[in-house]
Amino acid sequence: MARETPLAQQHRELGARMVDFAGWDMPVQYEGIVTEHRAVRESCGVFDISHMGPFEASGKGAGDWLNRTFTNDTARLAEGSGQYTLMTNEEAGVIDDLLLYRFGEERWFFVLNASRVEVDAAWLRGRCPGDVTLTDRTAGLGAIAVQGPQAVSLASQVFDGDSLPERNGVVEFGDGRIVCRTGYTGEDGFELFAPVSLIGEWFRRFIEAGAKPCGLGARDTLRLEKCLPLYGNDLDEQHTPLEAGLGRFVKLGKDADFPGRAVLLAQRAGGMAVRLAAIRSSGKAPPFRPGYPVLSVDGTREWGVLCSGGVSPLLAASIGLAYLPAEEAEPGNAVTVAVRGRSFPAEVVKKPFV
Amino acid sequence: MKVPDELRYAESHEWLDPSSAEAAPVGVSDHAQEELTDVVYLELPEVGKAVSKGEAVAVIESVKAANDIYSPVSGEIVEVNEALAESPESVNEDPYGAGWIFKIRITDAAECEQLMSADAYRDFLS
Repeated sequence: MARETPLAQQHRELGARMVDFAGWDMPVQYEGIVTEHRAVRESCGVFDISHMGPFEASGKGAGDWLNRTFTNDTARLAEGSGQYTLMTNEEAGVIDDLLLYRFGEERWFFVLNASRVEVDAAWLRGRCPGDVTLTDRTAGLGAIAVQGPQAVSLASQVFDGDSLPERNGVVEFGDGRIVCRTGYTGEDGFELFAPVSLIGEWFRRFIEAGAKPCGLGARDTLRLEKCLPLYGNDLDEQHTPLEAGLGRFVKLGKDADFPGRAVLLAQRAGGMAVRLAAIRSSGKAPPFRPGYPVLSVDGTREWGVLCSGGVSPLLAASIGLAYLPAEEAEPGNAVTVAVRGRSFPAEVVKKPFV
Repeated sequence: MKVPDELRYAESHEWLDPSSAEAAPVGVSDHAQEELTDVVYLELPEVGKAVSKGEAVAVIESVKAANDIYSPVSGEIVEVNEALAESPESVNEDPYGAGWIFKIRITDAAECEQLMSADAYRDFLS
């Protein structure tokens, strides 16, 4: 039985097609995935992201504890700032990727992936020291993402003069709103958390101001164009953040040990066997999809399989991500992608796709 | 929901225009294109291919899924709509006109009769 977000009734009224995602009933599209994708690239879209898992950590030593739990450096986060970071296990496999914000000296806010909330919470609670309080805020908060070149302009209207955070920053308001200047589309914009009784009104106001309702379908095509990884597809416990190309979010020199650090030091020194590569069709091709094999040009060797795949509306090409042997993962390398038994020419390209 | 009266329909939502048995156009219905959502790619059959009624002869892809298209009758593929390579969205915009997918030379007229009339298809959809 899938859970409903606080925006369920509005999705129905807007004629959304719904899908079960990580146990939540979510809109996959309203007007159409390509239309919604273009709206975010050209003006502004608004997404229901109430399925995500907001948590708070507070108390003496909370920041240091988080620094021993995540790969990025929490010591660098000023109050009101956020950073992308990862949670790794002892083998440096990725448990989750997340955004972490600093509300106050020892008040921290972070957002976990819907599909990983239970696993993450168990991991964190198992390691949490006595002085640190960990609070799951999922039940009390809903969330929307407002993304696109017009997002700041729309937010200024809708928030009626409230000061907005800088890029990657966060502001808490007295009415329970948490406004983060972050997103998963590659565009400027916000992720707004608010009490479940209030989030619906914000969704409505952004739509009235001109933001186009967008679903999970467009959320996926947008993040893929920008090579933003998706946990469960591109990130999992079998791959390290360095193999996924996320080295700049892994601070091996920071003043804190974290799970998997030794493995990552060895990888940084000795190189990696596999790397996550961005693959783009060389001509017209069917949409790329997870599971499609990536082969050598002569088709005799399988280098890997796509873990993410789709179409890029902006490039009018098929795009995907795959872990390939490191020597095959260099931009410019020609490969083929097999679709229903037929091979289509493609190449490894620099990230992002657009 | 458009269901033109002069066409015949299969339960798998393909339509066929029986007015020319030598080159009968085939496509997918308005209901089908709405269910598919944005069509982004089609894999068309080879001209000259002999096909049987109900055989999967083409693939139509939206962003989220790939679906088979089944030939409504037995016959020979005589033409395919090359324009769909550049404009797959024609299937959504004009499923009974510019969105035609292939033309088939019908070898058994009785199979045409077995397809649903527009009225029967309307009933089928409700």
